[in-house]
Amino acid sequence: MSSPFSINGGACVAMVGKDCVAIACDLRLGLQALTVSNNFPKIFQYGDNVFLGLTGLATDVNTVSDLFRWKVNMYRLREERQIAPRTFANLVSSSLYEKRFGPYFVSPVVAGLDPKTGRPFICGFDSIGCIDFAKDFIVSGTASEQLFGMCESLWEPDLDADALFETISQSLLNAVDRDALSGWGAHVYIIEKDKVTKRLLKGRQD
Amino acid sequence: MSMFSQNPLMNGPNYSFSETPRVGAPEGAREHRFDPYTDNGGSTLAIAGADFTIMAGDTRLTSGYSINSRFHRKVFKIGGTTTDQHDAHLVLSVVGFAADGEALMERVDAMCKMYRYRHGRPISVKACAQRLSTILYNKRFFPYYAYAILGGLDEEGKGAVYSYDPVGSYEREQCRAGGAAASLIMPFLDNQVNFKNQFIPGSGEGHALQERERRPLTRQEVEVLVKDAFDGAVERHIEVGDGLQMMVITNKGIEEIILPLKRD
Amino acid sequence: MPGFDFSNYNRNAALHARGVPLPKATSTGTTIVGCIYDGGVVIAADTRATSGPIVADKNCEKLHYISSNIWCAGAGTAADTEFTTSLISSQLELHSLSTGRKPRVVTCMTLLKQHLFRYQGHIGAYLVVAGVDPTGTHLFTVHAHGSTDKLPYVTMGSGSLAAMSVFETQWKAHLTQDEAVKLCADAIESGIWNDLGSGSNVDVAIITPEKTILKRNYIKPNERTQKLKSYVFPKGTTAVLNEKIIRKQDIGNFVTIHDLAEEAPAGGDKMEVDT
Repeated sequence: MSSPFSINGGACVAMVGKDCVAIACDLRLGLQALTVSNNFPKIFQYGDNVFLGLTGLATDVNTVSDLFRWKVNMYRLREERQIAPRTFANLVSSSLYEKRFGPYFVSPVVAGLDPKTGRPFICGFDSIGCIDFAKDFIVSGTASEQLFGMCESLWEPDLDADALFETISQSLLNAVDRDALSGWGAHVYIIEKDKVTKRLLKGRQD
Repeated sequence: MSMFSQNPLMNGPNYSFSETPRVGAPEGAREHRFDPYTDNGGSTLAIAGADFTIMAGDTRLTSGYSINSRFHRKVFKIGGTTTDQHDAHLVLSVVGFAADGEALMERVDAMCKMYRYRHGRPISVKACAQRLSTILYNKRFFPYYAYAILGGLDEEGKGAVYSYDPVGSYEREQCRAGGAAASLIMPFLDNQVNFKNQFIPGSGEGHALQERERRPLTRQEVEVLVKDAFDGAVERHIEVGDGLQMMVITNKGIEEIILPLKRD
Repeated sequence: MPGFDFSNYNRNAALHARGVPLPKATSTGTTIVGCIYDGGVVIAADTRATSGPIVADKNCEKLHYISSNIWCAGAGTAADTEFTTSLISSQLELHSLSTGRKPRVVTCMTLLKQHLFRYQGHIGAYLVVAGVDPTGTHLFTVHAHGSTDKLPYVTMGSGSLAAMSVFETQWKAHLTQDEAVKLCADAIESGIWNDLGSGSNVDVAIITPEKTILKRNYIKPNERTQKLKSYVFPKGTTAVLNEKIIRKQDIGNFVTIHDLAEEAPAGGDKMEVDT
């Protein structure tokens, strides 16, 4: 049997731009080589501009996304305010580490804008909650090696919202085309101070 | 203090049960193994142009977390008449198990020399490519653990790149990355050499958009792509680095370019 | 401590028994060192975090805060070093609040080793603990199984041999602060160049009875060279099938966000599906 991380397949990437961030995912859900669905988004919203991307075992993607919906709702009720991306990142981290000896098989990615400063924030995690704070981009999923290669050569600092969209989209599309377990379309979120733009990309349906 | 190794390869993330699952083995049974192969890391890359071919590889040789050499060539001129290969017209890159790669290269080179002796002319890329496939398949059940890429100019003078798996399955291609960082470099090549997933802005809406048309790249453009591709791979793959060796094959001969890469 | 939640343990153990391999955690295949000098102690680390042969983080922080006068360098499983040090940091803070004394390095080391020993090496934290307290300057190593060492100069991680070779050839008694910093930085650099598990920059922390100085990215010998070409695409290069703009005021007051538009697209193009 294969690794739980590569049974269902999927890819996710987040990038920093000038006063904006982007997060994107593919739409495939598979069982080994068999594609079951081409509409399985892996990005979830937890506030005005707090987004979480989850790749890995699909059952855990659902469990973990619902768990954080509950945790963030409880946070909002108790604190009477929205959760900030950095706070959310620490919540993700400690929630995953709590299950150190029986982890969820997910690789989360957080993207958002700091509500006070408006500064872009992205980070990634391993399945037991170690945070990877990056200033450029974060990748996860079965196409992570391909995404590393794409992002490392395409990304540059201070991209504006339109250029960032093209860069993250091209990175994701070309990466998933070289991964048998990812692809089948993509969602891209461009998060700016006053608006979030969600786009559905045309991608190979094989 | 020295009860366990500090090498993380042997001393992994420390899970609560053993790293490798035991399936179906009877209790107390012990498997004895013969491990004749090592992975020596490194990465190679080849791009065919209209009238040239560029073959490239990094020059790091690794085993585990150690660097065995910072300048070990993976890209070789073959088919010349002398040992210095000054009149060679083909280039072979090998990555994987260095010893097998070198043995393979010497065999193909000797084969090219025999061809020249018997036929009185240098071997064509096409013929050499077919012969290399046969050489690899001849060792189907004890393969050369090497990913080979053969480059040269075809009968019409166009750039030609042939890529192989370790047992001889081969294909002529426009570009190919091989080795440890192949998965990092290959999608970048798809995007920047074959313009995959790129459309002409404003040429339509949604499905009606027109694909950006392929055009042959110039030698300067390809050299830039190769350097940038390797710089990216070096950043994210620990087994790639130290130096970049590039062979440019044109009808004037083969030019070798060596550039520095990061050494960490 | 609140403790771990083992609710997924049985499921994962059952999967494992059927041949499913275990997830790979981010591991700091690392070089970390420490060195005592006359008047304090210096610890240093590289900044590469790896996941298999891939660099997960090029500039991570491996020097962890325990208290103002105690710092810790961590190797091994990244999450374990992070959480173990922050747990012990909290316990030590509470302890020093209740005793009204400054925390001691031996106390920190003992808390760490007892915690790690309890977990029999399953918490993969390999640590260099350094600090100055009312009893003097101290430097320890703590291994994941709970064993400890007390030495004037120490190295750990996959680059420990490369780093130790520097200490064994250049260390001498009664170093000055500058000499100790230079020696530690050189040892880390040796790991950065010669060990594939280590790379990028050098972080240094200098702890003296008066204060602690954290020199984040003390040496940056691995800056990426300028790309030869910019790969910015012209606007409109990517094919978009559907676009939705969500303004902040539209979603601000909801407790939960439902993507209702997903089920019933309002007029937009439907996605192409093979039939």
